[in-house]
Amino acid sequence: MNEKASIISNNLSRSYGKTLAVDAINFSVDEGEIFGLIGPDGAGKTTLFRILTTLLLPDSGSASVMGYDCVKDYKQIRKNIGYMPGKFSLYQDLTVKENLNFYATVFQTTVKENYHLIEDIYRQIEPFKNRRAGKLSGGMKQKLALCCALVHKPKVLFLDEPTTGVDAVSRVEFWEMLHRLKKTGLTILVSTPYMDEAVRCDRVGFIQKGKILQIGKPQDIVDSFPMMVYAVKSNNPKFVINQLGAILGSENVFRFGNELHIYGDKMLHETLAQFSLNHKEYDIEYQSIEAGVEDCFIELMKSNNDQENE
Amino acid sequence: MNNDSIITVKHLYKQFGSFTANKDLNFEVKRGEIFGFLGANGAGKTTTMKILCGLSKPTSGEVTVAGFDVYQDTEKIKRNIGYMSQKFSLYEDLSVIENIVFYGGIYGLGYKEIMRSAKEMLTGLGIWDIRKKVIADLPLGWKQKLAFSLAMLHKPSIIFLDEPTGGVDPVTRRQFWDMIYAAAETGITIFVTTHYMDEAEYCDRVSIMVDGVIVALDSPQQLKAQYQVKTMDEVFLKLARAKTETTNQNQSAL
Repeated sequence: MNEKASIISNNLSRSYGKTLAVDAINFSVDEGEIFGLIGPDGAGKTTLFRILTTLLLPDSGSASVMGYDCVKDYKQIRKNIGYMPGKFSLYQDLTVKENLNFYATVFQTTVKENYHLIEDIYRQIEPFKNRRAGKLSGGMKQKLALCCALVHKPKVLFLDEPTTGVDAVSRVEFWEMLHRLKKTGLTILVSTPYMDEAVRCDRVGFIQKGKILQIGKPQDIVDSFPMMVYAVKSNNPKFVINQLGAILGSENVFRFGNELHIYGDKMLHETLAQFSLNHKEYDIEYQSIEAGVEDCFIELMKSNNDQENE
Repeated sequence: MNNDSIITVKHLYKQFGSFTANKDLNFEVKRGEIFGFLGANGAGKTTTMKILCGLSKPTSGEVTVAGFDVYQDTEKIKRNIGYMSQKFSLYEDLSVIENIVFYGGIYGLGYKEIMRSAKEMLTGLGIWDIRKKVIADLPLGWKQKLAFSLAMLHKPSIIFLDEPTGGVDPVTRRQFWDMIYAAAETGITIFVTTHYMDEAEYCDRVSIMVDGVIVALDSPQQLKAQYQVKTMDEVFLKLARAKTETTNQNQSAL
């Protein structure tokens, strides 16, 4: 067992009726790490969060946060963590300032005592401190929710889909905030359905249908992608899609704007060279590109589905 | 007017009290084009979308959609467009077939015609056998593909997609974009908003709106070349962030 681990999930499972939402999940998050759980809606991310934050009991398996057991020691855990649920859960009819004071009071502290932790974020919403939370824009709500999750100086932060529906600029700012918080020693578990956010985490776990597909550093995952990827351009993309789809399998030919992305084994370069020679009239250009996080996720989904079907 | 343009916007202004949500917008969307409409939260995208869908009138400017004027012919516009968003698409407690009959009915299609289209659509999607299941029991990916097909039931010339792919798995997202490409090839115009910049790369042209103004409009390739960056994400951040920072500075100066 990893001694530095701040969060440990050990064979956790949880069903809702016949639906197995979390299926024997194992992973751990090191102290001071930003760990991303990445997967689509319905993958089991929120159920996992609710178990780890002591809001839901697992059917089997065990979990701990900072060494405290998620079932027995729920009181200690609740004192020491901050949780920002995916659904905006602050009091809509309280103002920004009132919400913040309320959360500080519940945790028997004051906004003043830990102001240094939230100052960075709070300053951005301070002009609206007397506005009711329900009247804030999406980005502002997100910042207020983060302030409320931080106001009692937690040691572990759970953020369930904090960037869903948020624009690209606010997302970048949000991730920058998380990296500043990390520097204070905070451990952060964050979930997102968006593959492009993986690179902002120290490590990620891909999650799909209640199972973890892979865990690793984002760059290592991308480096381990088993196939070659080529970007192909042509003056007749439709022809190329149909022809290459017939040769390589349609699942390996994907339209990407005005380019095509083509997947294959080491022979792919030769196949493309021959193909472009045979069809000079279509001006086929091709070049090798690096696989993306999304490519890796799709490949893992496929092999996971194959296993299920066996 | 260019005959190939299905949407034309000239000097569009929309004012709410003293707040200008859209400032002098000028653009055209071509028939069969996939047009990406980008901007930060609060940039004014929804205001423009509402005007283009015939739900709100401009303060001033000339706007036509599918050849119809947004001041006079809003009902005709509504019959000629389809709309789908992630937030609102299908009725969860109606079955697949009930949703289709309901939508078809709203657009004034006859029952026989609806059933014929429904069979064609559901067979194409491979879900004819589960037509009596309620929507709530379907996986998210199927819901979205169905919602997109449904938005095309009345054969509109333009489809507005408002953040259509949030939260779906990447395989479904690619299949969804295949459907978008297929629709565009039949001549349907796609007008799509998204917060996810890799999807901006999939569009023929994109516009980027900042504080009510369109600050860039071109193909993703041209925009990336112009700003000397590799991804649309970087283009967007350069444009939208520069503006936000100046605004923040102004606020703190006050």
